[in-house]
Amino acid sequence: MIAVAVAVKTKRTLAKSGVLAGLIIGGLFAGLPVLWMLSTSFKGNGDVFQNPPKLITSTFSFDAYSEILGNGTQLRYFLNSYIVAIAVTLLTLLVALLAGFAFSRFNFPFQKTINAVIVSVQAVPPITLVIPYFGLVVGLGLYNTYAGLILTHMVFTLPYAIIMITAYLNTLPKELDESVKVDGGTGWTALWRILVPISVPGLIAVGVYTFMISWNEYLFALTLTRTDDMRTVPIGIQMLMGQHSYEWNQMMAMSILGSIPVLVLFLLFQRRFIGGLTAGAVKA
Amino acid sequence: MTMLATKTAAPVEPAAPKRKSLARRLVPYGYLSPTIVLIVVLMVVPIVMVISYSFRDNVIVQDNSVFAGFANYTKVLTDPDFLAAIKNTAIFITVSMVAHLVLGLAFAMMLNTELLGGVTKAIFRIVYILPWLFTIAVIAVIWRLLLDPAGVINYVLHSIGLINEGVNWLGDPGKALWAVTFINIWSGYPFFMISLLAGLQGIPKDLYEAAAVDGTNWFQRFRHVTLPQLRPVIISMAVLDLIWTSQQFALIWMTTGGGPLNTTEMLSTYTYKQAFSEYEFSTASAAAVIVLLLTMILAFFYVRQQRER
Repeated sequence: MIAVAVAVKTKRTLAKSGVLAGLIIGGLFAGLPVLWMLSTSFKGNGDVFQNPPKLITSTFSFDAYSEILGNGTQLRYFLNSYIVAIAVTLLTLLVALLAGFAFSRFNFPFQKTINAVIVSVQAVPPITLVIPYFGLVVGLGLYNTYAGLILTHMVFTLPYAIIMITAYLNTLPKELDESVKVDGGTGWTALWRILVPISVPGLIAVGVYTFMISWNEYLFALTLTRTDDMRTVPIGIQMLMGQHSYEWNQMMAMSILGSIPVLVLFLLFQRRFIGGLTAGAVKA
Repeated sequence: MTMLATKTAAPVEPAAPKRKSLARRLVPYGYLSPTIVLIVVLMVVPIVMVISYSFRDNVIVQDNSVFAGFANYTKVLTDPDFLAAIKNTAIFITVSMVAHLVLGLAFAMMLNTELLGGVTKAIFRIVYILPWLFTIAVIAVIWRLLLDPAGVINYVLHSIGLINEGVNWLGDPGKALWAVTFINIWSGYPFFMISLLAGLQGIPKDLYEAAAVDGTNWFQRFRHVTLPQLRPVIISMAVLDLIWTSQQFALIWMTTGGGPLNTTEMLSTYTYKQAFSEYEFSTASAAAVIVLLLTMILAFFYVRQQRER
């Protein structure tokens, strides 16, 4: 009996070590490139390709960060990204909330058709859209403006937001809105007084995802803006690559600074966020 | 990611008279009107525009465009660069998808283990999700640094004797496609992993217990319990991944730009170059419509798969 118990325990310890070893190898694959980016951002540019490579070199400093943060052009990229991403997030939430309310609380002709169109928007390739968008945005006088970027980013954010908000509102009992109507209120009052306040957790999850999409968007930002005062962070990182091909420490510092908003949002809302994401992907 | 948003809502007021006034019947469309306007402006009009561009010449750059029939399509479909782009895109998306699936499943199963504590697993989970949190522009510069001929990857490969001199991974025509595919694998597996992890956690424990009672080994349980249970998630993730990876533009554009010698040219970079480097908006539109059709075929399989579930 004891021998069997020991054998089982040994087998378990072995399996545990095996899984841990696997997790560490996978973790190195996932994490080392990120660690190297961090390490390079603190190096003097002459030490970036030092042989043999070191994680921390003798030229360790925050110089690359102060270069970026002391440069008006780079700061403008950040300001632009914040303006665009925050505007996209607020507008998307507002429009999607109204649409979600319609889908969740009403029955109307063409409901299924409109819904199918919204769902299918997600599959249309951005490269197909960017050509007519260029014509459209130039035609409307929105080329190289915030408005042009904000409007076009919503094609990515709106469908997902509508689907998620509708699903969220569907989980809230209809009796909630009835209480307002008994008191003589309308659907509009029910939406803002009752549903919006209790939907805050769902709205935050959708908002975080929307912010991420807009903050990270590259193709439209590249095509629909032209001057430094309208460029966003992803394009800024590319511009840095073009101008000073070899300022690797600054490129890494800019990359880290540009990733901080998304990393912070993710860490703050991790649980809720992954939950919402997988609800979309798994139930699909 | 897609799901049907509608669940038939119960009538708001069951006791209300059957014939509602016109105004009341228009209420839901009122709530939907901003969405409808945006979908028309951002979706319907642009698709009509790009299709009409594709049948005309001199669009956008000149005012007097002329009808060209299928000339733009003939031009694109006989362009060796476009055919190379189709081949590259096919390799890029298939290899990426298979690797995403294998890595995503392996990592998800390790993260789902009952042998390790919750805190350990939570820390590893954050590390494993990391690549997914960086925008493609950042991923492109990280890997340009790592894969540089004088970079750290070449140093390691050289130290262990696998190569004799620094390899220009992104600049060598024989290696660039594999290099960008590798980068895409690194950046894309977390999404598979997260979804498969949720799928694994949804498999009833008694299925494994019953299998264990039957004296099965780990591999048999993986083959006869885990895989069949995950099958629907795997198939829909695979199709979604093919769609998304086929739309990848930023990664290619910022690492190789489609080069060297078109070896990493994708449908997206080909289309972009036609439009915004060559200013051939008509041929670009024809290519864009072909890309749209190919995507629609993939999306059709996705929708059919969803219906079956």
